Amino acid sequence: MTEELHDVRLDVNGTAYDVRVPARRLLSDALRHDLGLTGTHVGCEHGVCGSCTVLLDGAPVRACLVLAVSVSGQRVTTVEGLTRPDGSLGPVQQAFAECHGLQCGFCTPGFLTTITAGLRDNPAPTHDEAREMVAGNLCRCTGYQNIVRAVERAAELAATEGRP
Amino acid sequence: MTTKLMGQGVQRVEDQRFLRGHGRYVDDVAVDPATLHAAVLRSPHAHARILDVDVDAVLDLEGVHLVWTHEDLAGLSAPMADPLPLLIPHPTLTHGRTQHALAAGEVNYAGEAVAFVVADDRYVAEDALDRIRVTYDVLPPVVGIEAARAADRLVHDDVPGNVAARMVQETGDAPAAIAAAPHRLALDLTVERSASTPLEGRGTVARWDPDVGRLTVWTSTQSSTGVRAAVAVKLGLDLGQVDVITPDVGGGFGVKINHPWPEELLVPLAARALGRTVKFTEDRREHFVSSAHERGQVHHVEVGFDDDGRLLGLDVEFWHDHGAYIPYGLIVPIITSTQLLGPYKPAVYRVAFESLYTNTVMVTPYRGAGRPQGCFVMERTMDAIARYLGKDRAEVRAANFIQPDEFPFDQGLVFQDGRELEYDSGDYPASLEKIKTLIGWDDFPTFRKAMAEQGRRVGIGLACYVEGTGVGPYEGAHVHVETTGKVKVATGLTTQGQGHATVFAQLVADELGVRFEDVEVVTGDTRRMPYAVGTFASRAAVMSGSAIHLAATRTREKVLRIAAEALEADEQDLEIVDGVVSVKGSPGTSLDLGTIAVLSNPLRYAFDEASKAATQFSVGDPGRPPVPEDDEPGLEGRDFYSPERATFASGMHAVIVETDPDAAEVRILKYAVVHDCGRLINPMIVEGQIHGGVAQGVAGALYERMVYDEAGQLQNASFMDFLMPYATEIPDGIDIDHLETPSPLNPLGIKGAGEAGVIPSAAVFAAAIEDAERIPITAMPISPSELFHLRQEHTR
Repeated sequence: MTEELHDVRLDVNGTAYDVRVPARRLLSDALRHDLGLTGTHVGCEHGVCGSCTVLLDGAPVRACLVLAVSVSGQRVTTVEGLTRPDGSLGPVQQAFAECHGLQCGFCTPGFLTTITAGLRDNPAPTHDEAREMVAGNLCRCTGYQNIVRAVERAAELAATEGRP
Repeated sequence: MTTKLMGQGVQRVEDQRFLRGHGRYVDDVAVDPATLHAAVLRSPHAHARILDVDVDAVLDLEGVHLVWTHEDLAGLSAPMADPLPLLIPHPTLTHGRTQHALAAGEVNYAGEAVAFVVADDRYVAEDALDRIRVTYDVLPPVVGIEAARAADRLVHDDVPGNVAARMVQETGDAPAAIAAAPHRLALDLTVERSASTPLEGRGTVARWDPDVGRLTVWTSTQSSTGVRAAVAVKLGLDLGQVDVITPDVGGGFGVKINHPWPEELLVPLAARALGRTVKFTEDRREHFVSSAHERGQVHHVEVGFDDDGRLLGLDVEFWHDHGAYIPYGLIVPIITSTQLLGPYKPAVYRVAFESLYTNTVMVTPYRGAGRPQGCFVMERTMDAIARYLGKDRAEVRAANFIQPDEFPFDQGLVFQDGRELEYDSGDYPASLEKIKTLIGWDDFPTFRKAMAEQGRRVGIGLACYVEGTGVGPYEGAHVHVETTGKVKVATGLTTQGQGHATVFAQLVADELGVRFEDVEVVTGDTRRMPYAVGTFASRAAVMSGSAIHLAATRTREKVLRIAAEALEADEQDLEIVDGVVSVKGSPGTSLDLGTIAVLSNPLRYAFDEASKAATQFSVGDPGRPPVPEDDEPGLEGRDFYSPERATFASGMHAVIVETDPDAAEVRILKYAVVHDCGRLINPMIVEGQIHGGVAQGVAGALYERMVYDEAGQLQNASFMDFLMPYATEIPDGIDIDHLETPSPLNPLGIKGAGEAGVIPSAAVFAAAIEDAERIPITAMPISPSELFHLRQEHTR
């Protein structure tokens, strides 16, 4: 039994990658194992924990619930794409460092991508909106206190710079 | 003078790689098309004999490289056919049983490993599992403590009564003291199973290098040295042939201390057999059904007390459900039985427990490790006494506290490490004052009245705990100053997000007088430090922190000795600031650490301009050996810390909850923590540990449980059904106050801080819900529907 393979062009963080994958290959697995972009983490493989969240044309999606063959022609942004071209941290990343918004770091990429999209939609969230913005991602280490602070701090940093 | 870093909230150095997506977790290692992937066939039955395993249909599947059952293992390495190790034997563990790497004729929980497949990728490996045909003779399972105690059926045919161990400790005749006491109460209390559930599951990668006869294993563990020893024994290798590397770990919380998991042996065995790199990454469902759980216990308490609520006698009997096997021994119930006493000193105490087999996933420590149950039992007892006497709950507690001038205080019991349960230091009355202030204990009646006028129902709870942290036997550290002046630090214990790279660098920077940025810490790599125990029981800061401090002290001594000779100065006149040694008061006379490192190592060969200064024609007295007697080349220090006994952190939590009169939902209005972990290395990190602990505590008190049906099937083995809290379920703000009673047992005066946040949560929520509802709360966790039913029962 030989599995049928499909040629797919993946546009990830502004770079085009050509991969040959079976139809059932998850986007999370394609990013991690075919492209070597291991920043996107897989915590549950059923769309609940949010560790694998990437941006698809700017919108947050669970990469473990998306098939790689289905994203041809769309722009994928992973955590690796949040760092600026000069190597410095983006405002959401910077806010997490300042606020101690991470411990083991496993869920962190999913939070960073989620908040990046969240702040684009709502650049000046209230405290309750900041909590709401991260309420779809699981973290087992931090108790979320500092993650919520990091959302608020990221909004401040982004406001200073004029973009999230 | 350089600013002391101990006590400063220094930002974490490890965050940089995590924030950029450059963390290295086990599944990130060997991302390479040549790597093979493993999958495990797991038993669908909780209890069954295996009559036959037919793997014929797998062997012709394209992309499959190997399929093993138990029958195959002995031929590859004889010890692989034996049961897995019983890691912590104890004299009272009379009937210890452990599983095999692959089931040998019988399965005892749904999820037990039966067959192992290696294929080109995980998808194909899982296809192969579907083709394996196993014939089972299904047996009736034993599920839950009641069924285990009834012992109508046995988990293991040769374990009578399903009892692995019965253990009793007593400090006198408690039943007699209770009988003679002015007042008596009896309570039956229950805590359900939960689990660590780190977001990164288990994972192992192995590579065998036949050219040098060495095995390299990457594994997501809390004990690299433990895995190394187990792999060596089971694969028939010398310890020196096995390197274990634990890179970044995506959370542990206890579950990753158990080892070896079947996969930690099967993956290296397959890597050696196939000559290829092999990887296993656990999926979420596997984590629920094949790793470990904790917490499930049932307690019966008898207590006698005087008019002030003083404990005259305390007698506790409990039953601990340890699941199908007991590889980690009796650690959890021993901790429950000893740490139950908390900050109190009953006149007489007797505790007895039975550790019982059931056909469910095995139990190993989960953050808090048996203490949340003990704390729940003791604090429920305190609340019951207060209610019986009509006294303030804080007053009853204060009447039973060990006083500050009574330390060291010997509880007269033996702790989990086989040492006396002797508390080293603390100040519980001061803690109580702080927590009362923080939560507004004395103002609560006014608040309750105001809320009642709005038709709102609120309650307040308080719970106290003591936590034995920093258990031995030892940890070690190696500090090495490079010729660049950079300092490399290695400790063998692992890290799971506690910020070790930061706090350990703080300690070295302080002791050695170097810039924080110049210190790099490596953890959990047996190539860098082969002597170590592991990261669990809130021991990393105490044990490795102390060892690192001692190793840095040794290094400093050598720095000063070499510098004194080179500068022709007295050692006592030297100081080290920002990596430069100078004579106090003579700023012109100085040497940097890099140069001293060069001078410490007499060279035959020059590699660069710096090393020219250390060759045989540049330094040394031709009349003496280049390396003097009793010295060794290199600027490094190695040392170990091994404590007499554990150090005791302590604290108190308080919560105000509101219960919905219709929906019975529990809302957290205020949460407060007073915490004493001795001297703080990094308050920001300690507070982060408290936040995380409180979140897991809230989870255990209100949401998380393992729901087994009668057939032993775990009904909620996914994040859809096992309710882990999101930000919305956690209090918005946790008020924290610190108390610092330094430990006299280690050079830095520190106590562990990792687990405390979770210990009193079930107790404090039970107290607050009981206070709001005026209904006795005797079992946790409590869901809205359970509270709703309790209300109905109590209005009947």
